[in-house]
Order: sequence, then C-alpha cells, then structure tokens
Amino acid sequence: MTDGTRREFLIAVGAAFVSFRQTVQQSDSQTAGRVYDPQRAGRAQAPITSGDTDARIQAIEKKLRCSCGCGLDIYTCRTTDFQCTYSPALHKDVLRLAGQGKTAQQILDEFVKEYGQVALMSPPKEGFNLSAYYLPAILILAAAVWLLWVLDRWTRDRKAAAKASSTSPPDATPEELERLRRELDQLPT
Amino acid sequence: MPLLGHLSLWVAFLVGLWGGITGFAGGAHRRDLQQSARHATFALFGALLVAVISLEIAIFRHDFSLEYVAAYTSRNLPTFYLWSALYAGQKGSLLFWATVLSLFAMLVQLMTSGRHRVYLPYVAAVTCAVATFFITVMLFAANPFERLAFVPLDGRGMNPQLQNPGMVFHPPMLYLGYISITIPFAFAIAALLSKRLDSDWLVAIRKWTLVSWLFLSIGLILGMWWAYVELGWGGYWAWDPVENAALLPWLVMTAFLHSVMIQEKRGMLKKWNLALIIGAWLLSIFGTFITRSGVIASVHSFTQSSVGYFFLAFLVLAAALSFALYASRLPLLEAEATLESMVSREASFLFNNLLLIGIAFSVLWGTLFPILSEAIKGTKITVGPPFFNQVNVPLGLALLAMTGIGPLIAWRRASIPNLKRQFAVPLTSGVFVLLILLVAGVRDVGALMAVSIGGFVFGTVAQEFARGARARHRQYGEPTPYAFVQLLARNRRRYGGYIVHVAIVLLFVAFAGMAFKTETEATLRPGESAELKGRDGHVYTFTHLGVSQYNALNRQVTAALIDVRRDGKAIGRLRTEKRQHVDALGNPTFEPSTEVGIMSGLRVDLYVVLAGLVNGTEQAVFRFTINPLVWWVWFGGFVLVIGGLIVLWPGGAPVAVKGPSSQAGYAVKLEAER
Repeated sequence: MTDGTRREFLIAVGAAFVSFRQTVQQSDSQTAGRVYDPQRAGRAQAPITSGDTDARIQAIEKKLRCSCGCGLDIYTCRTTDFQCTYSPALHKDVLRLAGQGKTAQQILDEFVKEYGQVALMSPPKEGFNLSAYYLPAILILAAAVWLLWVLDRWTRDRKAAAKASSTSPPDATPEELERLRRELDQLPT
Repeated sequence: MPLLGHLSLWVAFLVGLWGGITGFAGGAHRRDLQQSARHATFALFGALLVAVISLEIAIFRHDFSLEYVAAYTSRNLPTFYLWSALYAGQKGSLLFWATVLSLFAMLVQLMTSGRHRVYLPYVAAVTCAVATFFITVMLFAANPFERLAFVPLDGRGMNPQLQNPGMVFHPPMLYLGYISITIPFAFAIAALLSKRLDSDWLVAIRKWTLVSWLFLSIGLILGMWWAYVELGWGGYWAWDPVENAALLPWLVMTAFLHSVMIQEKRGMLKKWNLALIIGAWLLSIFGTFITRSGVIASVHSFTQSSVGYFFLAFLVLAAALSFALYASRLPLLEAEATLESMVSREASFLFNNLLLIGIAFSVLWGTLFPILSEAIKGTKITVGPPFFNQVNVPLGLALLAMTGIGPLIAWRRASIPNLKRQFAVPLTSGVFVLLILLVAGVRDVGALMAVSIGGFVFGTVAQEFARGARARHRQYGEPTPYAFVQLLARNRRRYGGYIVHVAIVLLFVAFAGMAFKTETEATLRPGESAELKGRDGHVYTFTHLGVSQYNALNRQVTAALIDVRRDGKAIGRLRTEKRQHVDALGNPTFEPSTEVGIMSGLRVDLYVVLAGLVNGTEQAVFRFTINPLVWWVWFGGFVLVIGGLIVLWPGGAPVAVKGPSSQAGYAVKLEAER
C-alpha cells in the first residue's frame, strides 16, 4: 500500500467513524428504531399535541361522556382505553369547537345538541333531573326531622310517665320497696 | 364428567326443592320433616360440589365441547387462572354462588348451638329455596354444562383484564359476602315465621353478619385494588353501577351492625333491625340482577342475557313475601324500652343509621335514575362520578363525623359535664389537624374537612383506648402496653370496632388525597424525559429507556422501561406493557390490553401507562400520573379487616343480651321471689 492510499484509507476510516458516531447520537436523541412487530403494541398513537394536554380542554372533556359504552368521560377514556376509536374522535370535536373560539359551556351545549343530555357526565340541574340531586338530601332531612320528633315524643312520654309514677302512691309495700332499694344497691355500676 | 355435572345439577334442584318444602312444612312441629330439611342441606352441598368438581375437571382437561370452557379458557391459560375460570363467566359464577350458599346452609345447620336450633328448619327452608332458585336459573337459562355442536381446537381464553391476581380473589370474596347475607336473612325469616321475635335470633346471626360484612369489605377493597392496577385510568372507584351494587348491601349491613347493639342492650329497634337484614339481602339480589341482566351498562357486568328476568322476578317475589310476612308480625315487634334522652348513644346510633341508609338511598337513586329518566321523561341521561361525588361527599363527611361522635356519648343519657369531658380531646385533635393543614397551605375544602374530621375521630378512638388502658392499669396494676392488649382481648367487639373506625379514617384521608392528583401525557423517544411536579413538592423525571418485545405463555408483550428520578435522584425503574393475548395456535384472542407501571409509596404513587407506539417505532406515548396517598387506601383496608377479625374472633367478654322480660334487671328477681 502506498503512502497516498494509506492516507486515503485512514481518512476514509476516520470519516466513517465520525459519521457512525453522529448517526448513533442522532438515533439516541432524535429518531427511534422500529420495533419487531408494531401490531402487538395495539393501535398506533399520534404524538401528543399541546391541545391534548391543555387543562381547559381536559376539564371540558371530563364533563362529557364517551359514546363507546365504557361509561367513562372522554378524557379518561382516551387516556385509558387506547383501542377506543370514539374518544379520540370526540376529543377532536372538542378541539375543533375550542379552536372556533367557543367557551366551555358552548362546547357542552354543542355536544348536548348533537347527542342529547346523555353526552353529559352528570345530568343538567333542571326539570325532572332536580329530583336526582335533591331528593336524597330532602328525604334524609325529612327523616332526620321525623326522627327528632319521634325521639322527642319518646323522651317526653317517658318523663311524663316518670312524673306520674312519682306523684301517685307506689303500688308496693314498704318491705318490697326496701328490698328493691337493696337490690338496686347491689347492682354493678 | 359434563354429564355427571349436569345430572348433579338436577339432583341438587330436586333436593333443594325438597329441603325448602320440608323445612317450611316441618316448621316448629314435625320433627321428621325438620330432620329431612336438615339432611337436604347436606345433600344439596354434596350434589353441587360434584357439579363444581365436574366443571373444574372439564376446565383443566380443556374439554372445549363445553361452551363455558371454550368461552372462558384456552389451552395456554396459566394454571392459576384455570382455577378462577370457574367464576369468570356468568354460568360458572352461578354454580359457584349456589355451591357456596349450600356450604353455608350446611355449616349453619352444623354450627348453630342448641338454644337457637328452633330456627333451623326454617333456615334450612330459606337457604334451600334460595339455592334452588340459582339452580333453576342454571338449568333453564345459563347451564354451565351446555355442549357445543362442534368442538373447537382451542378456547377463546380469559378476558385479559381478568388475568390479574386481584381478580382471582376479588370475585370470590365479594360473592362470599353477598351469599353469606342469606344466612342472617334466613334467621330473620325464621324468627318471623316462628314468632320468636325477641333478641335471641340476633345472637344466632351475630357471627354470620360479621362474616358477611367482612367478606363484602375485603371484596370491595380487592375490587378497588384490581381497578387501580388493571383498568389503567388511575383511580380505584368510578361509581360504576356494579361497584355501587356491591356498596349498597355493605352500607346497610354496617347500619345493622350498629343498630343491633341497641336491640341487644335495650330491646329497642326490633322492626328496624329486621327491615335492615331483609333490605340487605334484597340489595344483594338486586346487585346480582344489575351485574347479570345488562340493564345498566357497566365495565364489570357479565354479558346481557335472559337471566336478568329470572333475577327480577325472584327479587320482586322475595321482596313481596318477605315484607308481607314482616307486616303481619309488626304487632309482635314492639320495643321493650324507650329512649331516655335525645343526647344518648342510642340516639347517635339512630342518626348514624339515618346517614348510612341515606347514602345507600342516594347511591341507589343515582344508579337507577338513568332508567327512571328514560321511563318517565323519555330522556337518556348519564349519572357519572361528578354527580355521585356531589351528592355523597357531604353525606360521607357527616358519617365520618358520626363515627367520632357516637362513642363519646353515654348510653341512656349524657350530661353536659360528661359531654364536655368526652369531647375536649377529640375536638382539640381535630382542630389541631386543621391548623396544621392550613399552615401547610392546603386549601381544598373537601380535603380539609375530611382530614380534620379524621383527626377528630382518631382523637376519639385514642381517648377510648387510653382511658380503658388506664382503668386496667389502676384496677389490676397491669403495665400500660399489657393493659392495652388485655383491653383489646377482653372486649374485642368494642375495641375491634374502634380499630375499624381508625380504618375508616385512613380510607377517608386517602380518598381526600385524590383531590391532589396531577397528570400529564408525553410522547418520548428513547432517552427523552418528561417532568411532572407532584403536590408533595417534588419534581419527578420520567426517562424513556426503550421498548422491547417478547413472547410469554399466552401473550405477546411490548414493554417500555422508564427510569424515574425524584428531584434528579434516581429512585427506580417502571415498566409498562401492551399485551396481545393469543391462543395456543398463536391467533390473537382479544384486543391488546395495557399493563400499568406503578411505584407505590407512603406519600404518592407514580402511575405510568403506555398508550402506544408512534408509527411502529420506539417513540411512545405515555400518561404519567402522581396519585397521592393511594397506599393508605390499601393499608386502611388491611386495618379494617384486622379490626373486623378482632371483633369476629371467638371468646372475649360475653355480651349481655336483653331478653323479652329483662327490661329492668331487678324486676325479674323480685317477680321470682313473690
């Protein structure tokens, strides 16, 4: 091998090494290798956007029900059931409506208009739905008042009976009363 | 084997019918029929046990000619889950239910002491009747021994979400709780039928009631744990209809365990206690109806089937018969004493009962409201967690406060000086906790109230233990630690109950912790990190280390490894997976499921979920959640079980029970001397 070819060879090896190192660094920080079988990892995901992590969007989605039948809200479903195709679509609808400058309430109203009240995670406080919110509390309060009245009546009856028995002459002989006192004294406190 | 199992079901059906008829007909008079009913419970258990063994053998032999075996197992299902396949599906779980009920029916015949044997024929009748209903459902609507027209090469396998240790233990525990309520219910019906309505039947059911409550508690806690580690949404309670259905009988049983003390000590609340036991049992059947009918959508429910109609008919019939019998006996259920004061332990227990039943009603109301709304208004609505939290959190806080107030008020009558003395320490404790929280910067009203009321209840329990131990130290000269142990050993019911109260405090504090949950989503390539600041003041860094794929017994796994640092300091690694379950031929059986990575600590849980991969590369989407105080939910559950076991443990001081004529102790003696 001549000097020239040796130099060229060393330069080529050096360049290849530098290029390899750059490739490795690039793959570490900017690219990601393919996995053996992507199908095993479930539905492919899109990278997270700022809209996905927007607290306002999340708050709205927590008030809206996913229509896949899971019973969860849109936010919880799309961040839990990654096979669901409904919640990502509904999430896009929320983002679209938010992008149009609509307020949270307007977005909720749009969903109710589109899907009915079933779209909300809790029924609106109006009409028949008021009974859902207030009937338990009303019944508990009514029962508490009734209970207080019954307890009051019981204690009054008891006091009245005690008073009556203390004013009327005792239906017992003095010997019996004395024995009663002795028995009472012997009772453990 | 399947044929033997099927025949055993028919034998069990006939024996159950016989036991029901002879038990009711034998009643209190025909000794031969009584004996026959008793023996029927043994034969019923024997026949159902043969059916269970037949099904288990079919499962372990991979006999896919049985529809049930083909639907819920596969050749490569781990052995651990082959056992639990018995109750993984509707049909098998009905068989499990009937068998455990027959076991309880037999045990109650063997273990009930002589004094309470008068109730046993009716108890045998009721338990046989209920078991016969379950066998009827199996024979005519959900037969676990149903055969397929062709035999598949492999079964469908078990739902991946059920392939979790929590699901091996959670359903049996919950079933045991549900099923064992039948025994107190059977005694209640026996007391009504035999007209022996003093407090004697309560003594007979005391242990059974506790057993039932304990199993329900363990079932609920295990269910929460399973939901947390398996479902992946980062919480443990979602007010799902099936979760609610399990909570309802627990609430009613808890109310009963308190109010029964008033009947035992004062001979009061007989009507109420009977109604609670009947109600708890009906709610357990209602829960079964909800779970199995598909009438309300739930992630926990079995597939929709015709068994719902059976359960609905049984529920309506059982409710009508039970309450008709109850109504006919009301004149015999008059109280033997009346309340002496509004400020008494009895009154506080009544308000505790009011809250427990009020919460049960609000949960039931919310669960059924979508059906009512659609039936009455024609409007479909959703009643989800925001509704239940709004309605139940204030009631729950009031109940927590009653947990601390009740033990501070004396039986019969409490005086003002007594109240001052009793409340001073607990109130100070509650206010002290509140101040600490405020100084620490906590501003969430719900959390402030839950934790400070928890401080109050803890103060109550601590005071009760301290006074009891001090009294023993003074009276017997016992060293304080020994006095403490003796206190617990001598009065297990009272002090075990206080330990349960401590557990309730721990649970409420842990629930309050979820108000401080923080979470984020991130897309990370290997080497990239995401940061999340927890409400505990620490910054957690999650670094994606890479994705690996490999095959396991019945699944193909895609696992992501995450390096976790707290304030820059390495604290461990988390692993979260996607699992594609396959049958023995390598064919996918279910959609890919997610396995959560959890790092649990006393202050926070770090909860990582692999959402999926981007374009089939190692770049992955993650959800990172910091859940405060979740560990305390499981610890609270553990303490609750320990407290329950202490109460249940045999021995300790006997509890005096007021008999029908023992309203005033001395009166009995005077009468005898005349």
